[in-house]
Amino acid sequence: MITTMEEKPHVPAAPRKRKIPGWAVGVLGVAGAIVLLSTTSYMTGFPQLTSSGTTQTAVRLALPILLAGLGGLWAERAGVVNIGLEGMMIMGTWGAAWAGYQWGPWAAVVAAVVFGALGGLLHAIATVTFGVNHIVSGVAINLLGAGLTKYLSTLIFLPLSNNPRQSPPVTPFDTYSAAGFADWLGELEAGQRVFISDVAGILRGLVTGVSPLTMLAILLLPLSYYLLWRTRFGLRLRSVGENPHAADSLGVKVYFHKYVAVIVSGGLAGLGGAALVLNPGQLSYLEGQTGGRGYIGLAAMIFGNWRPGGLLGGAALFGYADGLQLRSGGETVLGLVYGVVILLGVIVVWQLVRRKWFSAAAAIVVAVLLYLLYVSLDEIPSEFVSYAPHMVTLAVLAVASQRLRMPAADGLVYRRG
Amino acid sequence: MGHLRGKLLPPALAIVFSMLLCGVALVISGANPLSAFGAMVTQVGKGSTLVDIVNSTGIYYIAALAVAIGFQMNLFNIGVEGQYRVAAVIAAVVGGSIALPPGIHTLVIIVVAALAGAAWAAIPAILKVTRGVNEVISTIMMNGLAIGLSAYLIRRDVFGELRGNNIRTAEIPESGWMPGISFGGGGTMFGFIFVAIALGVGYWVMMNKTRFGFELRASGESSTAASAGGVNAKKMVLVSMLLSGAIAGLISLPELLGRDHTFSLNFTAGIGFSGIAIALLGRNHPGGIAFGALLWAFLDKSGLALDNVGVPREIVTIMQGSIVLSVVVAYEVVRRFELAAEQRRVGRELGTVGGAA
Amino acid sequence: MSSSTSARTDDPPAVVLTGITKRFPGVVANSDVHLTVRRGEVHALCGENGAGKSTLMKILYGMQPPDEGTIEVNGEQVRFRTPSDAIKAGIGMVHQHFMLADNLTVQENVVLGAEALHGIGQKARKRIIELSGKTGLNVDPGVLVEQLGVADRQRVEILKVLYRGAKVIILDEPTAVLVPQEVNELFDTVRGMQEQGYTFLFISHKLDEVRAIADSVTVIRRGTTVGSADPKTVSSRQLAEMMVGSELPSPETRESTVTDKVVLDVRGLKLMTPDGSRPILDDVDLVVRSGEVVGIAGVEGNGQTELVETVMGMRKAGSGTITLLDADLTKLGTLARREAGIGYVPEDRHRHGLLLTQPLWYNRILGYQTRKPTSKGIWLDTDGAKKDTERIVADFDVRTPGIDVPAAALSGGNQQKLVVGRELSGDPKLLIASHPTRGVDVGAQALIWDEIKRARAAGLAVLLISADLDELIGLSDTIKVMLRGRLVADADPNTVTPEDLGSAMTGAGATSASVQETGTAHGTAVVEEGAN
Repeated sequence: MITTMEEKPHVPAAPRKRKIPGWAVGVLGVAGAIVLLSTTSYMTGFPQLTSSGTTQTAVRLALPILLAGLGGLWAERAGVVNIGLEGMMIMGTWGAAWAGYQWGPWAAVVAAVVFGALGGLLHAIATVTFGVNHIVSGVAINLLGAGLTKYLSTLIFLPLSNNPRQSPPVTPFDTYSAAGFADWLGELEAGQRVFISDVAGILRGLVTGVSPLTMLAILLLPLSYYLLWRTRFGLRLRSVGENPHAADSLGVKVYFHKYVAVIVSGGLAGLGGAALVLNPGQLSYLEGQTGGRGYIGLAAMIFGNWRPGGLLGGAALFGYADGLQLRSGGETVLGLVYGVVILLGVIVVWQLVRRKWFSAAAAIVVAVLLYLLYVSLDEIPSEFVSYAPHMVTLAVLAVASQRLRMPAADGLVYRRG
Repeated sequence: MGHLRGKLLPPALAIVFSMLLCGVALVISGANPLSAFGAMVTQVGKGSTLVDIVNSTGIYYIAALAVAIGFQMNLFNIGVEGQYRVAAVIAAVVGGSIALPPGIHTLVIIVVAALAGAAWAAIPAILKVTRGVNEVISTIMMNGLAIGLSAYLIRRDVFGELRGNNIRTAEIPESGWMPGISFGGGGTMFGFIFVAIALGVGYWVMMNKTRFGFELRASGESSTAASAGGVNAKKMVLVSMLLSGAIAGLISLPELLGRDHTFSLNFTAGIGFSGIAIALLGRNHPGGIAFGALLWAFLDKSGLALDNVGVPREIVTIMQGSIVLSVVVAYEVVRRFELAAEQRRVGRELGTVGGAA
Repeated sequence: MSSSTSARTDDPPAVVLTGITKRFPGVVANSDVHLTVRRGEVHALCGENGAGKSTLMKILYGMQPPDEGTIEVNGEQVRFRTPSDAIKAGIGMVHQHFMLADNLTVQENVVLGAEALHGIGQKARKRIIELSGKTGLNVDPGVLVEQLGVADRQRVEILKVLYRGAKVIILDEPTAVLVPQEVNELFDTVRGMQEQGYTFLFISHKLDEVRAIADSVTVIRRGTTVGSADPKTVSSRQLAEMMVGSELPSPETRESTVTDKVVLDVRGLKLMTPDGSRPILDDVDLVVRSGEVVGIAGVEGNGQTELVETVMGMRKAGSGTITLLDADLTKLGTLARREAGIGYVPEDRHRHGLLLTQPLWYNRILGYQTRKPTSKGIWLDTDGAKKDTERIVADFDVRTPGIDVPAAALSGGNQQKLVVGRELSGDPKLLIASHPTRGVDVGAQALIWDEIKRARAAGLAVLLISADLDELIGLSDTIKVMLRGRLVADADPNTVTPEDLGSAMTGAGATSASVQETGTAHGTAVVEEGAN
């Protein structure tokens, strides 16, 4: 998605720096995030920042974003930009509600995947077979998805729910909790001890009220990684996103792999829609329910530099910001601003050590501005809080987009010959 | 002649295809497609429908022009939606809080709206030029933020006031209105329609007769060739994005100056996305866009009649969606076909027997 | 396979193409082509640019189906629908434009599509290391391809072919990107593999190379095979006549027209990589005088492209000055530099020279949108543009039915003539020509050389970049060698040989009196840097 203005110079690159393995980065990131949150929670006096309730809500809200992002990952790794995730997700929500109120949650999941995949198929036909610009096709699919579900809802849900914008209620999944473990964590959390209570709160949120859909989604992440990076199918799929001409010259079926990727992408986005419909707080289809989460998923994927681990980080961040606001409102989110100030402080020190004076200065300025914001406001206006992911995305892209690396042939129309 | 056929054939195919598709959908759902389409056509003559269609066409036209300016250079300003929303609320707030003589007041509101739209578009433009941030994702994010900002600005403790069940900005005094042309029971045509027409003419002149238009088209065709030809890519991104945003800022003015005089929760949303569809349908051509805007307006307004014949009127949104998707496919197919035909013609006229290209 | 160490007549031939015809819109790329390649030989396919060599090889490799004709491999008729079919039949291809995914590792690039052989893990890695020796590749299979130099990339391409067990290997213009020394290394590899029973189809338009490596030669002209020859006895001149029906044009310039009027003066030019870690251009000083052609020699990727783009203002220099006559261009944009009198023939006419779907006259405006005759103030002058395009079409012999056809409909040579014609319009003081005759037919090549010589005689200063060392030596008054972003040596085109230039280009040091080192840069293997 991200194009830089300058072309890459054709000079042989310098030897690569020592590489830290991906899992280590992940562990460090998680540890860092927990330390940061617990420090912030201590300094600002908002225990909600790390409460189990917040975490639990965050997981539920991160789920659709994660699934949409995974969808984006599949498509873009095969070189197809999928702005249509939003539309496919909308189709997924409708499918989930339609099957869900009749045949239960598992049917909802299946129908959502199928509906989303149909959207993906449409995108594949337009972009791969007919070579339509990926953005154009995606926008068209978003319009079509919204229109189709509106029509179908009026046709099918209106007589049942007396509301053209809402479906009848859907049966939820049973949820599971690691009972003994969660209780023990609950005691720890209630103890209000610095750090330990924070970790306990977060963990408790993760193991309480887990639905099969959550487990499925979380399993899909390593599964996608395995399929895309550790199998022959994945190598072929990624090669199609990097250099389709090279892949074709070696007998790789470029169109086939693009089709599969985009259809899977749609299916995952549709599953994200099911995660919305089956969310315990909602349990039905609502018009406008996706609220741009397809786009946020795409942003989470870009945030994660087209890698599954990074995508998880992005989805967790966005889900967390959303969950925090839902659970405890704007003033707690303001506490998060304080956390960002601390984070920037760390970055300043790091940049100073690396003698990057300009970056350090920029970070100081931003940190000071945010701190002023923190002391001058009582809360973040609720109108803005729901758009925290949008702001974070813009900020991250502004800072890091030149370092992000998308698949080389991403968004390019491929024609054989 | 072949040239014209290449331009008219794809939209015609797309419309026919979409009508068939919707017809099939209607038959499946147990309705009679012929009576549905018939109801839509006869609706045009009823009440104020015709004037409504004209008004709506004007609004869509402005939106599609805003999108088309970006599209001309492959700049995907998905953010028209947010730009006109922000422009609308700011123009309403400013217009409702100042007192100026008639005419000047209106003019100030128009300028403020254009500036606000441009300013909102400036953020993704600057991010793209300085930081290389792709405009698609940034304008989508800006759309979200625009909803937040407009909701915040009409809070009662900010600029809003409560009127009945509705929160809105202060009403613009009559000096800031733009008069329309009344047809009595047939409704009132917005005066801003004429501004829309003028914008269309200006757009055509700019694209076809000026250096800026050349640079815009060159950038869209090949950014690398344009840059080697001395077109400053960053400047083009900035200027076209600001221009696109400024025009986007005008989208809500027909309603704001001609009917509503205030920004409220009833604000018409989604026009920016329709504008994208119409710009695609009209191939960024001022005439094509006019046709597309008219079609969209007709489907919107005549679609209301469908409820009377027992068909959910949302069928028109499916129709609109399928028209967009099939028209882009059709354009692409025709484009390939025409290029091959052109190469064949050149080959024939040069008598190339051997020698590959 | 050790039995077939040389061409044997009793075996069925490795490849027989009979009556191959392939049409594209507007052109017949191949018509009634016949080609027989015996097992174990190096068979050269010779023809000028645009003669249809590459199309023929794409057909043999299954990338395009022929409209007519048959293909036989080892005596059996085959029909290839995709490259996989050709690979299964034992045919491999090393493409002229490398078919590598930069962001994947060497190993991933090699095993792609052939995962069934040894998987994608350790077994594959072992096999790759085993085979690497044959190609002279000496890098870890886990290295990303983007870190490899040109010669190593080519070795990876050959490795890909070997890994699939191909016995017939198509080399499509393999020497185009190599310096003479690397060409020799490649030929050693080819001979070594030939002894082990491999058959090669060697595509080239460089006649000396063909005569050096091939066992037999087939010549293709205007899409059809016109005959074969024995490379041991045929002369380059005879081959040329078969290829183009006449002698090949020569870039040779006669007397010097160099004046002492400095036109372009570049001093201390520096350009860093976007992340600021390394210099791409390092302290470049360059002077081009009126009536002088200054040629820049260098292995691709040593900063020539960036030098041109920096002088053109398409990249922003870190430091240094650029002066044209008396005007300081350093702070100006591309358009202003063009207005100051620079004409620019870019190395890739499709990416940088033309708006392909626009008509020819619209292309005339590009780069001249602020000047007569194509514009007046902020307004375009379409009539003026059309009239001037007619002039270029006539003067530069652009073969086209009219000026309203899209640029994409023209052949490569005619597109390039249009670009050169445009860039010599408006009375430029300096012409920057990057690979001006790359991929064009000999007719266009001769015309472009003549136009450059004529403009030079009229006092134009020319900065020439070319990978074709004969062109560089023939046209230039002065040659400078570029290595790792520095101008490291000067060469005298009257005495220097391509081999001397090649040594200097790879940093092997000056081996001849006609190449003199200038800077402080020294060192050995350059291109392989980064591939430990």
